[in-house]
This record gives sequence, structure tokens and C-alpha cells, in this order.
Amino acid sequence: MAKPRVFDVTTLPGFTFIAILAFVLLYAPIITLVIYSFNGGDSVNQWGGFSLEWYAVAAKNEAVQDATARSLIIAVWASVISTTVATMAALGTTRRGKFTGQTMIYVIINQPLMVPEIVTAVALLIFFSSVKVATGYTGLGYLILAHSAFCIPFAYLPIKARLEGMDTAMETAAADLYATPWQTFRYVTLPLLLPGVIAGAMLAFIISLDNVIITEFVKSAGQDTLPTYMLGQLRRALTPEVNAISTALLALTVLILTVFVFVTKKRD
Amino acid sequence: MLSAGAQRKLKAAAGEIDVNTDIAIDARNVGKIYGAGASAVTALGDVSISIEKGEFFTLLGPSGCGKTTLLRCIAGFETPTSGSIHLSGTDITYDPPYQRPVNTVFQSYALFPHLTVAQNVGFGLKMRGASAADVAKAVDRVLALVKLEDFANRLPQQLSGGQQQRVALARALAPEPQVLLLDEPLSALDLKLRKEMQSELKRLQSETGITFVFVTHDQEEALTMSDRIGVMSAGALLQVGTPHDIYDRPVNRFVADFIGETNFLDATVEGNQVRIGTGDLLAVPLQGETGAVTLAIRPEQVSVTSAQTGISGKITEAIYMGTDTHYTITLKDGSPLVARIQSKSSGAFDVGDTVGIAIDAQAVQVLKS
Repeated sequence: MAKPRVFDVTTLPGFTFIAILAFVLLYAPIITLVIYSFNGGDSVNQWGGFSLEWYAVAAKNEAVQDATARSLIIAVWASVISTTVATMAALGTTRRGKFTGQTMIYVIINQPLMVPEIVTAVALLIFFSSVKVATGYTGLGYLILAHSAFCIPFAYLPIKARLEGMDTAMETAAADLYATPWQTFRYVTLPLLLPGVIAGAMLAFIISLDNVIITEFVKSAGQDTLPTYMLGQLRRALTPEVNAISTALLALTVLILTVFVFVTKKRD
Repeated sequence: MLSAGAQRKLKAAAGEIDVNTDIAIDARNVGKIYGAGASAVTALGDVSISIEKGEFFTLLGPSGCGKTTLLRCIAGFETPTSGSIHLSGTDITYDPPYQRPVNTVFQSYALFPHLTVAQNVGFGLKMRGASAADVAKAVDRVLALVKLEDFANRLPQQLSGGQQQRVALARALAPEPQVLLLDEPLSALDLKLRKEMQSELKRLQSETGITFVFVTHDQEEALTMSDRIGVMSAGALLQVGTPHDIYDRPVNRFVADFIGETNFLDATVEGNQVRIGTGDLLAVPLQGETGAVTLAIRPEQVSVTSAQTGISGKITEAIYMGTDTHYTITLKDGSPLVARIQSKSSGAFDVGDTVGIAIDAQAVQVLKS
């Protein structure tokens, strides 16, 4: 049943034009990239017939395999660590009374969203290089820590939203029924919070997976992730292999985001 | 065997209430102030109350009177600012809720949406560390008590409002608390279901013998269900007594007004009678009152006659209510008086009639003005 509306933007002049223009700007380059990933020739802008050749090349490329594995390891660790920290932060900011400095805490937690990434990257580069000298450790730990840090706000926001939407009467009822604070968290809060935690973890995973700037600054030699590997390739010969890798990455992201939408939508 | 409630009544009649063994909840000078300084709000001011074991006690009052705050202090969700609360002689004022053998039925039910009916009902026992077999046995027993055996594996959102209400009740009863707290549990139900649940609650209370502390703003509900009622207003406990006490002998105008319908007439004491605004004298029971007083007269204590002797007035409104008819009579001095008369086919009065009024003077309550 159509409801009469007082204000409907679709009736404004130019609405359709602007909408189409926006979609073209957003998706035309991506569609071109996807199409050329199936190019039989070896140019990224001259069509040479349909082929899956470049997917096969990418899959067989040991450097790509290596970078993919590294990307996944970092993304899994970063999402686990950042989601854990974000869950604790969300509980700490929603399951208590109002306190002085509350706004300050929100700003501090969401700091990675606001500070220019290049600044964080340079800061981490300098900080970690002195840690490397002091400890002699040069493993993946630095990248995992760096990714965990900037993923926290992305994991925090959906978890906090879920907690704020949850009726605290559930937790009161649990306490009334002899559940200690820890039992209340374990048997009531956490199960009800789970969709928010999953959504937060998936968001963190994607953010970690396609990070370039911080990774580029923090990584040691031979620690390329998929995005930094692709960046390196661009400086050399450009082949549709990059398109194939990009398309695969895009497909994974779309898949995760779809699940994310379903998980967050299911809440009550 | 006598029910706990009947035993309590016998003991009370014989004056044998023992403070240490027969009192379930003893609240002493409980006060609760929210905020501080100029913005401080007093939710409870110095409330003292003793609730006996096995009784159905109702806290009655309008919203914001502090009845829910008092209940939350007993449950442990709030800590009183002053005073103390004792459960069977033990000070529990500062115990966390999960250490109190007291369970609550919430107004919103607060059922766990991710757990089945059986898991909801067994939650309390499980948290207390009961074995799976004991939990299952208790769940079966309590679900049978509330007649929900067939719904054990459903999720709460698959049940109707009335069924959810009974799950909430079963969940709070399963751990066999010493006291069951009920926070306006029937307010979300429609009238028919509410009446059903009222008798259901009475039955459960006498079958289990558990002390019930029931919070409501519905005076009729309070009168029909309770062994005793505590009437609250503005954070204070005004009167505690049986439904009869409260209805027949309200201590002040607020209680008289809140419980049932009441006429109020201003009067002045003259000797052992009172003179009302019309100049007529009434021989009401006086207990040393002098000067200006307020008479509280129930509509059923007023009868209307066609004989125009004594107090008279004019009928200004007649509302037919089925068995009864409510007449509003304007007295000579302009004050209104409502009379509740059994409806009769013949001899009914009409608006505009001038009628004589007889007041059952012995039943009138004299309140200080």
C-alpha cells in the first residue's frame, strides 16, 4: 500500500540522472577490471578473447600463493584479537553507568578512524624499527599487532550497537536466577551478543585483508601481503594477472559482506 | 493440612507471630535517593515493613510511588541509601542479587530468547550447580504446575503472552525461592487472561507456600488477591493491613480515594456528632476528633429514598452499570455525593428528582482534614 509522502526526494529534478551517474562512477571501473580479468591477451585494456588463463597464472604463481597465505594469517589473527578487545571495550562502555570522560573514551577507541592512516603508518614504522633492534624479532607479529590496532573500531561499532539494543533486563534476570557476573556473561550476554561479535569480526577481517598503507610501512623484507604484492607488480609489467587477483579479492569481500548483512539483519 | 496462608492467619489471630522465625522480609527504615545535591530524587523515604512467611503481600500505589524501587531493593537490583533489609533474620542489604534466595517475575517477563522454555525454567538451578537430572526433574514438576508440559522445547517467542507469563512464573518458582517477587506481572495481559492469572497465582501461592510480594497499581487486583496490602504514595508506606482493613478503615484521604470509590464530605465535630455542609448532623463513630474533619463515605453506604426527610438533594447524574446504578446527588450546599443502588425495574429514580438520603453513619470513616 503506497503511503502519501509529504517529502519524497525521487520527485526532485535530476534525481534519476544523479543516481545513475553515481552508480556509473562507482561501478564502471570495477566492472571493467572484472571483465579484463578474463582477457585472453596480455593487455589490461585490449581485449584478446575470453580465457581463464590469468587465473591459472595467478594460482600457480608462488609469490601470489605466499602473499595470499600471509594475508589470511594476518587477517584471521587481527580479527580475533581486535574483536576480543572490541567486545571488552563495548562491554566496558555500555554495561555500566555514565561516567566522566565517556566521550573521551569513545574518541580514543575510534582514533584509527580519524587519524590519517599515513601518520599511523609512519609512527608504527619508527616505533617497530626500534623494537626490532631491541628484540631482534622480525616475524609477522608486527603486522598482526598493527592490523589488530586499526581493526578495533570496525569491530567495536557493530558490537556496541548490538549491546545498546539489548534489553538489560535479561542480565538482571540472570543475576536474579543465581548467575554470577561471569555466568551472566557466559550464558546470557555472550550468546545474545554473538551476531554483533560475528559481524564485527567479519568487518575487521575485510579491513585487514585489503590494507595497503600501514602494511607497506610495517612489513619487513619478504612479508608481502596480497595488496602490497599487487602494488609491487604495478610498478613492473601490468598483466591481467593483477585483474584476476583483484577480482578474486573482490569476490571474497562481497561474499563476507553479504554474510555480514544477513547476520546483522537477523537481530530481533 | 492447612495452607501456609491459613496457618499464618491462625497464628496472627492468636498473636503468635515470632519476629525471628515467622518474618520473611523485614525492611527497616529503607530509604533510596537517586542523584545528589539539588537534583536528588527521593524514591523511598524511611519505609519499614515486615512481610510474614507464606503470605501474599501486595505493595499497592500509583506509578512513581516507590513500590517497584522497594521490590528492587529486596531483589538486590538496587542498594538502599539508608536502612537495612533482612531475609529470615539475615541482613541481605548489600548481598548481590545472585546470592539472595529470592526470585523475581519481571513486568516484561525478561525470558531468555535464545533458550527453550525448559532451559529458561532450569536456568536458576543450573547456575546454582544442580545436576542435570535434578534440573530436569524440577523443570518437569514446575512446568506441570503452570500447565506448560507440552511447551518445554519451544522458544519463548513462539508462545502467546499468557504462556510467556507462565514461563516467567515457572522460571522464578523452579529454584524454590524463600520469597517470590512479582513486579506488575499481569499488566500486559488482557482483562480475561488477567482474571485467569489472578486465580492461578493464588493457587500457586497456596500450593507452594512461598511468600509472594506482589507489586501493582490496580486496587481491585490487590483487594482480591492479597492476604495483606501495603499502600504506598510518594515514597512512603501509608497503611498496611488486610484488604478489609484498608477498604473499611483507610487511615487517610489518599488511601480512601485510591482504594475503591469514595465520597468525601467536609464536616465539623459538634459534641459526639458531626455537622456537614448542609447543616445536617450525623452520628458517626468519633475517636476524640475535634474541629474540622473529612468524612469518607463509600457509595454503597448511601441509600436513596423518595421521602424527603433529613438530608436531601437532587439527582444530577444516573449511570446504569448492570447490577448497580450510580446516582450522583448534589446536596443543598452543592457538594456531590455518589450512591450505588441495586438496579430495580420499578422504583428507579431519574435525573432531576429531589430525593432523601440516608447514610450508614456507623460505617463512615472520619479522617483528619
